[in-house]
Amino acid sequence: MTDLADAPNVPDVERVVIRFAGDSGDGMQLTGDRFTSASALFGNDLATLPEFPAEIRAPAGTLAGVSAFQVQISSEPISTPGDEPTVLVAMNPAAMKSDLNRLAAGGTIIANEDAFEERNLEKAGYVDNPLDDGSLDGYTLIRVPMTKLTREVCEPLGVKPRDAERSKNFFALGLVSWMYTRPVEPTLEWIASKFAGRDAVIAANTAAFKAGHAYGETAELGSHVVRVAPATLEPGEYTNVNGNTALSWGLIAASVQSGLPLFLGSYPITPASDILHELAKHKNFGVRTFQAEDEIAAVSAAIGAAYGGHLAITTTSGPGVALKGEAIGLAVSLELPLVIVDIQRGGPSTGLPTKTEASDLMMAVYGRHGESPMPVVAAHSPAQCFDAAIEACRLALEYRTPVMLLSDGYLANSSEPWRLPDVDTLPSIDVSYATEPNQTNEDGDPVFWPYARDEKLVRPWAVPGTPDLMHRVGGLEKSDGPGNVSYDPQNHGRMTDIRAERIARIADDLPEASVEGDPNATVCLVGWGSTWGAIRGAMRRLGADGLPVAHLQLSHLQPFPHGTGELLRRFDRVLVPELNMGQLVKLLRAEFLVDAHGINKVMGQPFTAAEIDRAARAALAELEETS
Amino acid sequence: MTDLQPTTTRKDWATDQEVRWCPGCGDYSILTAMQLMMPDLGVSREDTVFISGIGCAARFPYYMNTYGIHSIHGRAPAFATGLALARPELSVWVVGGDGDMLSIGGNHLIHALRRNVNVNILLFNNMIYGLTKGQYSPTSEVGKVTKSSPYGSVDTPFNAVSVALGAEASFVARTHDMDRKHMQEMFTRAWEHPGASLVEVYQNCNVFNDGAFDTISKRANRDANLINLRHGEPIRFGADHERGVILADAEAVIVDVADVGEEALVVHDETRPNPAVSFALSRLASGPTEPTPIGVFRAVERQEYASANAAQLLEAQERSGKGDLAALLRSNPTWSV
Repeated sequence: MTDLADAPNVPDVERVVIRFAGDSGDGMQLTGDRFTSASALFGNDLATLPEFPAEIRAPAGTLAGVSAFQVQISSEPISTPGDEPTVLVAMNPAAMKSDLNRLAAGGTIIANEDAFEERNLEKAGYVDNPLDDGSLDGYTLIRVPMTKLTREVCEPLGVKPRDAERSKNFFALGLVSWMYTRPVEPTLEWIASKFAGRDAVIAANTAAFKAGHAYGETAELGSHVVRVAPATLEPGEYTNVNGNTALSWGLIAASVQSGLPLFLGSYPITPASDILHELAKHKNFGVRTFQAEDEIAAVSAAIGAAYGGHLAITTTSGPGVALKGEAIGLAVSLELPLVIVDIQRGGPSTGLPTKTEASDLMMAVYGRHGESPMPVVAAHSPAQCFDAAIEACRLALEYRTPVMLLSDGYLANSSEPWRLPDVDTLPSIDVSYATEPNQTNEDGDPVFWPYARDEKLVRPWAVPGTPDLMHRVGGLEKSDGPGNVSYDPQNHGRMTDIRAERIARIADDLPEASVEGDPNATVCLVGWGSTWGAIRGAMRRLGADGLPVAHLQLSHLQPFPHGTGELLRRFDRVLVPELNMGQLVKLLRAEFLVDAHGINKVMGQPFTAAEIDRAARAALAELEETS
Repeated sequence: MTDLQPTTTRKDWATDQEVRWCPGCGDYSILTAMQLMMPDLGVSREDTVFISGIGCAARFPYYMNTYGIHSIHGRAPAFATGLALARPELSVWVVGGDGDMLSIGGNHLIHALRRNVNVNILLFNNMIYGLTKGQYSPTSEVGKVTKSSPYGSVDTPFNAVSVALGAEASFVARTHDMDRKHMQEMFTRAWEHPGASLVEVYQNCNVFNDGAFDTISKRANRDANLINLRHGEPIRFGADHERGVILADAEAVIVDVADVGEEALVVHDETRPNPAVSFALSRLASGPTEPTPIGVFRAVERQEYASANAAQLLEAQERSGKGDLAALLRSNPTWSV
């Protein structure tokens, strides 16, 4: 096969945004994933956005069944999957109908024309075939009979036509790989290993992939070929990773760094289940995964394991956090380490299970009965989920508290190249169990007080099996020190203060708030969570025009880093892009009396860099007018 | 039980906390039975954990000088499952009432039983809500008049033993708070059983449901109305063992032995793989107002959850070697820049 990666006369472009769209059964996620992997190995910077329906198999050919995968590949550092696709691969009319409006003006459409027949057109709501009626004249349309060609190439292999059709996504992958000069070997190797033992499937997929690749040449699509050169990334060893995998590995790393066995209590829920799947694979790290009967049992079992001295985790999404609320409150009262991972999704209620949103911030910070403060940490990019997981575990273990770790559906499923850390340089997590009594009673005998505290107000962690430290903990209010049940009003006030103070003091252990960009800028973009990527993209554009905008990313949302309020008050305008109706805005206003303004989007999709760029420019213009 | 002489006494197993159940509560006699029994098990206090939910019974851990968690309503079996899975060497007990275990926590109870995690679950059944001051519970009889059912409850009650048997429990027993020796025998059997055990303890609430169990537990009534299940023995009761239990039409039926002959009686077998006969026995009485079986209904060996899990961890380490973090991060294709 010809490989155009090094061919002369192929024009270089900085970046391409490709969107693969088809029916849920068309294998679009797999296709996008393979294209991404080949691009990663080729050395591009990249970011992906998988988007799929909540139904496993929505009726074939309908708009509800469209599954798409968007990827931006670039020769320059990027942080988003791209504002607008420049190429749309439409495997059927429904995909065309639902995703055409995303395509950049003048973009390229690669359509599987075989799927544009009467029945499918009707299901997608087309009266006329858009491939024929001139409605796509503003775009570059490449019509390819993918189904027919795939069937033809598979026929001599003895593959039945119906089975052969299922390989058409590999035809599309082959064609797009050719157009964007992707190396072919990684994909061929992957097909061979993924379908090992199923020779007919390997043969069909390989044949379809090669046929797609060859089609570009024979159909003289050479004028569409472009090359996206490898990006100049920081030297190091890289892998391509999505958020849920990086987060899982971060939890394992925290287990290694702390020397404590990892216990996960979880109940399957989209988009968090992949963490359960990933951790269940790694029993050789001593990881125990417990698939509980429900969300409440999942967190309760985790707290039980924490009492037993394990690094205890529960993973879920928003609806699960709601169910776990009472048990998390108990963990606050028991002062036991626990990490609650919330992979946020569209709400309220079942909402949009497979779509992203960041509307659980208030629930994370305040969503328990009583005065029950706990730290909240937010991850901001797929690969950074690794560091965020370690940080959440570190705070939980060292400060003996439940910690909420927020990610979202976008981070969970998106991937990006990750420069692998040297495992010897990962942060250490210092934690030890109590081994002996810590008080003397009036008879002079040594006794153990479970709620005696150290200088950080952290109580000892005495695990069952330790002689002489038997003690009972519970959700009833405890006496300050001895930890016995206490209804004393003064004591309750004191314990409430201590619980608040010990969380507030965690800020002493965090880096002070600081911005990227000019600290004397006029406008500050304040991000938390996955908006980081789009804000970075906007910052590059604003910076290129020399506009006075800075970026503050908050990874800790409870407590806030020291200096946050002072820093924000230096700007004329504080702009907070959020995938919610303004939850961080409320917190910043309440905590710091800062007149923060929201940029809000609740559509199940991440921000584009353009949206934030526009909002920042509008703010600058408004300030200009009023000054 | 161990052959060794006990190295602790009841006093060692009691805490300095004032016991705050109502005077006359059946919970006192259960606590006493437990504190007196523990030295004989030969287990150390630091390796013992009592976990409870919410309710009167759930205060139990505060009075046992062991490790303990007084958790949240209904969830004790889940907390215990997590602890037993993390630390299989511990002796883990769960204590709760009928509201805690069969109402708000019914889901966790049945799943702990079917998983067969090695915990000993004591269900103090007083057929009433005590701590919330007297509403009907999921084991209250139909027609029960309480503050929340002034016209009588129309809820069909659960039979705790039937529920447990239906939930694939490998060990199910029933006892009552008026017979310390029998309680201790049942608790010891539960402790010895490798897997989840459920012991239903009929417990009198002398404030909100006094005398609920008098028909069967008063000394004068026991001969006539307690059917003491003994493994390997024909099921007989009555002052002169004149009554017995036979199987007829797939049901357990009480008969006069004279009418059917001793050879017709069911010989009790705790170890039957199929729980059907145990279930039939659990249906002999619709409530503690007629002849009621106590003792071990079922005790079968089945894979214990935590040890099966531990075996998988070992197997994974043998197969893949001990986890290597640097290698894990490189488990997908990598490239160098």
